[in-house]
Amino acid sequence: MPKVKINGIQIEFEPGVTVLEAARFLGIPIPTLCHDDGLKPYGACRLCMVEAGFPPRHRLQSACTLPVEEGLVVQTHSARVERARRLLLELYVATCPQSKTIQDLASRYGVRQVRLEPAFRDCIQCGKCVRMCAEQMMAGAIGFAHRGARREVMSPFHSQSEVCRQCGACLYICPVCELRCQGARPETTLCSGCINFSPACLNYHDQAMCFLEPCVACELAGPLRLAGPLSKDRVWHKPEPPKEHGELL
Amino acid sequence: MSAAPPRIVTLTDLRRAATRGRRTLLPKQPKILVGMGTCGLATGAEEVYEALLDEVQRRKLNYGVTPTGCIGWCGQEPLVDLQLPGQPRITYGRMDARHARELVRGVPHGDLKPKWAVGLLTGYENPLTGRRLRYSPQRARVDGVPRYEDLPLFRSQVRWAARNCGVINPASLDEYIARGGYFGLHKALSASAPAGIIAEVASSGLRGRGGAGFPTGKKWETVARQAATPKYVICNADEGDPGAYMNRTLLESDPHSVLEGMCIGAHAMGATEGIVYVREEYPLAVTRMREAIAQAEAAGLLGANIFSSGFNLRIRITKGAGAFVCGEETALIASLEGREGEPCQRPPFPAERGFCGKPTCINNVETWADIPLIVMRGGEWYAQLGTNSSKGTKTFCLVGAVKNTAMIEVPLGTTLRKVVEEIGGGVPEGRRFKAIQTGGPSGGCVPEALLDMEVDYESLTSAGAIMGSGGMIVMDDSTCMVDIAKYFLGFLADESCGKCFSCREGLRRLHEIVSRITEGHGSEQDIALLEDLAWMVRETSLCGLGQTAPNPLLSTIRHFRDEYLAHVREKRCPAKVCRQLIAYRIEPTLCNGCGACVKACTSVAILGEKKSPHRIDDAHCIKCGACLEVCQPNAILVE
Repeated sequence: MPKVKINGIQIEFEPGVTVLEAARFLGIPIPTLCHDDGLKPYGACRLCMVEAGFPPRHRLQSACTLPVEEGLVVQTHSARVERARRLLLELYVATCPQSKTIQDLASRYGVRQVRLEPAFRDCIQCGKCVRMCAEQMMAGAIGFAHRGARREVMSPFHSQSEVCRQCGACLYICPVCELRCQGARPETTLCSGCINFSPACLNYHDQAMCFLEPCVACELAGPLRLAGPLSKDRVWHKPEPPKEHGELL
Repeated sequence: MSAAPPRIVTLTDLRRAATRGRRTLLPKQPKILVGMGTCGLATGAEEVYEALLDEVQRRKLNYGVTPTGCIGWCGQEPLVDLQLPGQPRITYGRMDARHARELVRGVPHGDLKPKWAVGLLTGYENPLTGRRLRYSPQRARVDGVPRYEDLPLFRSQVRWAARNCGVINPASLDEYIARGGYFGLHKALSASAPAGIIAEVASSGLRGRGGAGFPTGKKWETVARQAATPKYVICNADEGDPGAYMNRTLLESDPHSVLEGMCIGAHAMGATEGIVYVREEYPLAVTRMREAIAQAEAAGLLGANIFSSGFNLRIRITKGAGAFVCGEETALIASLEGREGEPCQRPPFPAERGFCGKPTCINNVETWADIPLIVMRGGEWYAQLGTNSSKGTKTFCLVGAVKNTAMIEVPLGTTLRKVVEEIGGGVPEGRRFKAIQTGGPSGGCVPEALLDMEVDYESLTSAGAIMGSGGMIVMDDSTCMVDIAKYFLGFLADESCGKCFSCREGLRRLHEIVSRITEGHGSEQDIALLEDLAWMVRETSLCGLGQTAPNPLLSTIRHFRDEYLAHVREKRCPAKVCRQLIAYRIEPTLCNGCGACVKACTSVAILGEKKSPHRIDDAHCIKCGACLEVCQPNAILVE
C-alpha cells in the first residue's frame, strides 16, 4: 500500500484514495467548493490546493484529484498554499459577495480585504449540479454551454429538458445559492423542488437561477410569473409582493 | 503520379519508388516549382501556377511544372523556382502571372531574368541520408544572385524537421521516398526491437516540440510499459498561437514525414491506431494529410502487415472545432471522445490513461517529423546540435517588426540576437528593437538586454518566457508593452475553457485591471494586485493554459515596469499607443492647410480654413490616426 507523508505524518493508504480523503481521514481540514463525496472529482474550484510532490520537486496540486502514491510528500497548510488560498478566496468573494458559504470560508482563512470590484455572479461553476444530475440522478438534464467568461450552466438551448424529472437535486447541492432558495420561509432548509413554497421564491428574488423548468412553485404562480413560453432571454415579470405571507397568488 | 501506385512491401520496392521519385525530383528537363503552401496561395500562387502551366503548354515546352511546399521565405511569396538539369536552382520572389509567363518565354533563349531572382540554391543536404546535392554556382547562367548559403536568412539555418519543405511535391509519395523517406520505418520494422527504438529516441535528447518540452523518450517508455491495449498515438496539430504556423507548414509541405514518425512511434510503443488532430482552420493541411494517408494506405505503408512485418497501424484525421485549449492534451482527448474540450487534472497522464482510458502518446507535429531522422541517423547524431539540456533543432515563426518574415529552423542554443538581427534582418529602419515575444500568447516578452540568451527550454523559462510551439513576435519601439499584455490576456481570457475558477475569473480580472491601466484609471496598487493575482493564476490553474497565461503580464511587468509606472503615475503612454492617454495636435508652423486631413477624418474633428493652419478638436477626435497617415508635411503630432 502506498505510504505518504502528509504534514509530516507518515501513513499508508489504499491505492486510489485521494490526498483530500487522506487528509480528512487525518482530521486535517481542506476547504472545497466543488467536491462532494458522492460525485466524481472535478478539480474546478481550486480551493483544495496543497503543495505536493516527490522531493525535491513539489508544486501546488488539487488534493481532490491527486491520488496517493508511494513516497508522495504533502503540505496542506504551507505559506505557499495559504497565500494561494487567500488570493483565491479574495477572488471568490469578489465574484459572489452575496454567498454565505464563501463569506464564511473567506473569514475562516483570513481574507481581510477585497481589492476587486464585486461582480455579483450567481454561479461559481463548480459543476456540482451538472455532475449531480448526470451521475446521481442519471438524467443529464443540464450541462455547461459556451466557454471562458461566457461559460454557464443551462438546460439544452435554454429550453426545458425532456429528461428533467424536477427532482431538485441541483438546487440541493448548490454550494452558493442556498440562501436564495429559502424563499418564503427562511427558517426552512431546502425543499424538494420548490413545491413547498408558497408563494414562489421568485417573488422575492430577482434573477433566481433555478433549473426546474417549469418550477412547480412557478407553475402555481401561473401566467403571472412568465411572459409567454420560456424565451431565450427569459424575461421574468415580477409581480407585487403578496400582502399576506403564505397566500397563494 | 500514377493512379494506382505499386504496393511497397520489400526494400527493393522502396528503392524502386525512390528511383521513380528521383525522376520527378531531379528530371532531365527543366522544371519549375511553385511554392503552394497556404502562404503562397494567399499571395496568388494559384494564378502563377496556372499561368506557368498555360504558357508551357502553349509553347509546347517539355517543362515540368509542379507545386511544392513552403521553404519558409514568407516575405517573398509567391516563390517560383527554376531548376535546369545539372544546374543550381534559381528562386524568384514576389512573382505574379505576368512575370511567370515572361520567365517561361525567356528560358529557351537562356534569358533567366536574374533581376527577379532572389536566391541561388546550389545544393541541399539531406539530413536523413547525410548526402549532399551540390552544384557549382558557376554552372548557373545568372550573375549576381546571392547563394542561399550566403543569405543571412538561410546561412545559420539547419533544416532537419523541415528537410523536405519547399523541396518535394507534397502530393508525391515517390518524391518523399526519394529523399530517404520510409527507409527509417523499414529499418525500424526490420532491424530494431521496439525497446531499441525507444532507447535511441531517449538518447537523442529529443523533447516535446509542442512547448512543454517533456522528454519524448521518457513518454514513449511510459506508454510502452503499460499493459492495457489497444494503445494510441496522436499527432497534435491544433496549432493556435497568433503568428505561429510551423505545424501548418510541415503538414502542408511534408505530410509523409509526420506519418512515418507516427508509424515508427506506434511500432515502438505497440500502438495500433493513430489519430491526427488538426485544426479545421487549416483546410489545405487537412487535404494534404488526407491525401498522404490515402497514398500510404494504397502503397501498403499504412494498414495491415506493413513491410510484411506483422505490424498494423491505421491513422485517421479528426478536425478540431477551433478551441485553442484543445491543444492541451487532456482537452484534446476530451474533444476526440466527443466531450466538451475541457482539460482534466493530471495525473493520470494520457500515457497511462488517455484516449478511451487507454495508454496514449500525444506528440506535436514537429516531434513526429523528427523521429525518422533519429531512427535513420541515431540518437547520438541528433544530439550533436543543441545545448546541454535541449538537443536538436527547432522551427520558429519569425514575425512582426523584422525585415525577413520567415519560418525558420535553427539549432537549439542559437542566440536570440542571431535570430532577430541576422536571420530576421533586424528591425526595419527608423525603428528600434524593443522586445521579442516567444512561445505564443502564453509566452513572455524578452527585452533587448537578454537578447544574447541562447534559445533553449530552460533559459527561456528563466527569462519569464516559454519555448511554446515556436512563435516569435518581434516588437519595435512603437509597441506599448501594457497594451501587448492587455491583448494577450484578452485572447487567453476568451480562449480559456472556463472550467477552473482561477483561470476563468482570474484572467477576466487581470484583463479588466490592465484595461483600466491603459485607460488611465490605474493606480500603483493595481500593479501589486496584478502581480498577486497573476501569481495565483499561475500556481493554481488546472491546465497548462492557465499555468502559463500570466507569462506575458508578468514578463512585461518584470522587464518593463517603468512603462507600467508611466501609465499609472503620469497617465502617459510612452509608446503613444493607448488611446485614452494620447492626444493629437497639429503643429501650426508645419501645417500648410492642404485639407487632406479634413477629408481623412471620419469624426469631423479637424477644423480650419483652407491654406491656413488647421487644429484638432479634442472633444471629437477618436484618435484613429487616419490624419497622421495622409499628412504630407508631417504636421500632426501625437502627445
